Amino acid sequence: MNRLSVDLPGLQLKNPIMPASGCFGFGKEYGKLYDLSVLGAIMIKATTLETRLGNPTPRVAETSSGMLNAIGLQNPGLEGVMEGELPWLEQFDVPIIANVAGTETADYVEVAKEISTAPNVHALELNISCPNVKEGGITFGTDPKIAKELTAAVKAVSKVPVYVKLSPNVTDIKEIAIAVEEGGADGITMINTLLGMRLDEKTGKPIIANKTGGLSGPAIKPVAIKMVHEVSQVVNIPIIGMGGVTNSQDVIDFLSAGASAVAVGTANFVNPFICPTIIEELPLKLDELGINHISELVGRSHRF
Amino acid sequence: MIIQDKMIVKSQKEIAHNIFEMKLSGKLVGEITSPGQFVHIRVNDSYEMLLRRPISIAALDTAANEITILYRAEGQGTKSLSTKREGDIVDVLGPLGNGFPVEETEAGETAFLIGGGIGVPPLYELSKQLTAKGVTCVHILGFQSEDVVFYKEEFNALGETHIITVDGTAGSQGFVTNVMEKLGTDFSTYYSCGPMPMLNAVEKMYEGKKGFLSFEQRMGCGVGACFACVCETTEGSEKNYIKVCSDGPVFPAGVVAI
Repeated sequence: MNRLSVDLPGLQLKNPIMPASGCFGFGKEYGKLYDLSVLGAIMIKATTLETRLGNPTPRVAETSSGMLNAIGLQNPGLEGVMEGELPWLEQFDVPIIANVAGTETADYVEVAKEISTAPNVHALELNISCPNVKEGGITFGTDPKIAKELTAAVKAVSKVPVYVKLSPNVTDIKEIAIAVEEGGADGITMINTLLGMRLDEKTGKPIIANKTGGLSGPAIKPVAIKMVHEVSQVVNIPIIGMGGVTNSQDVIDFLSAGASAVAVGTANFVNPFICPTIIEELPLKLDELGINHISELVGRSHRF
Repeated sequence: MIIQDKMIVKSQKEIAHNIFEMKLSGKLVGEITSPGQFVHIRVNDSYEMLLRRPISIAALDTAANEITILYRAEGQGTKSLSTKREGDIVDVLGPLGNGFPVEETEAGETAFLIGGGIGVPPLYELSKQLTAKGVTCVHILGFQSEDVVFYKEEFNALGETHIITVDGTAGSQGFVTNVMEKLGTDFSTYYSCGPMPMLNAVEKMYEGKKGFLSFEQRMGCGVGACFACVCETTEGSEKNYIKVCSDGPVFPAGVVAI
């Protein structure tokens, strides 16, 4: 028996670990370092309808136990991803979760319709939470009504289950979670980055050219854990949790908070082998806890 | 191949004001293919300073299984790295990037190597490899002031070396371009690494000559996945943005918009 297997809508995962969108490109770089088939899934970088060049540089700045980024959804566009990126990933035995972004509903719908037909795309991750683009992205993720409508519009055209990626930059994330569930979402992924800023010591000006960036890394884990703990109690769809995961204990924590699987983001930059390392460590963690299957951990923080 | 190596610190010393020379040993050494490649270093095991620091490889000693890195302890991370002592272990990812093409200059030809400040280090290994194959190297090295000049003797041992400082406290006073003006353009290839304004000036002054420039940019992953360290390209290039870490850091003159 596989103690790490997880079954989610559209996704039969051999383990609950997957690199988070934007932190793994389209897999090619890390594919040179290890066999991507060991991963539970891969969340590829956001795909927009047209090619996007992204924001001016500097695009990253380190902060205490974290980093800010404002890449700006640089990607080769729908056609580029369909022709140049997804076919390459077919050599690996790993389901792909395609992150879909746009500036208006029609963009999201068009990308979702097309990209969900790719044979290795097993689910979509609707990006309504990117804080680094001026239009679209997060504007869809902060209003429950708009989030629900967009989810429904994408669900109507997608050939695969749709997960919605939530932003922590809201007053009540539960409200958005409930709204996307009502809109037909098959699952939730959370959290995206928290908005932040770092100033240059000498000039006093923001280091990142975009001025603000999304904060990620270990610094945000407590925020993410709290939100997963809360959201998992108000929705009936599964959650893929993320935010500052750097080791197997963090994975245990996210599962305990109510996530069914866990994505690893910034830690890939620190240690490119972090995902396979965590996957190897997890059975030992289960032994320590005296647990047979990883699913037994889900929701320990609020279950009786 | 890129590997993650626990390298052993063989020595560490301050060779100029806040400029450190660190020698590291490990199997990563065997993977290095060209001068100008860099390593991505975790300065300590804590997550407080999360990201790796990209530092160029200044010298390669395959026989001793050692690399030398030269870096300026300026920020929190490099200051932490400067506290490492002989025998300590450092988490190093590398070698990364594409270095300077030694093959672009033939034996008997002359190459100009122009470096500025902490951009000077990768030119040292480059000069070693060029001179070893019979290329005459002329070094033009610019620094802020005498207290931060390093490797003057080492470069001198390899070929003609011109030191120039902004405040005139070592060598002549001025910028590398002042030396370049005097030396003319009787060379086959130029190689350069330093701050962006310097690279810009060098490329302009040597327009039409064959040259290779090494760039710097704030980096995330170091392997090409995060799209943080992009540079805009000049008009007519195949791609609009290129990544310093994995497409570079060395590019032929004229490719990057500077």
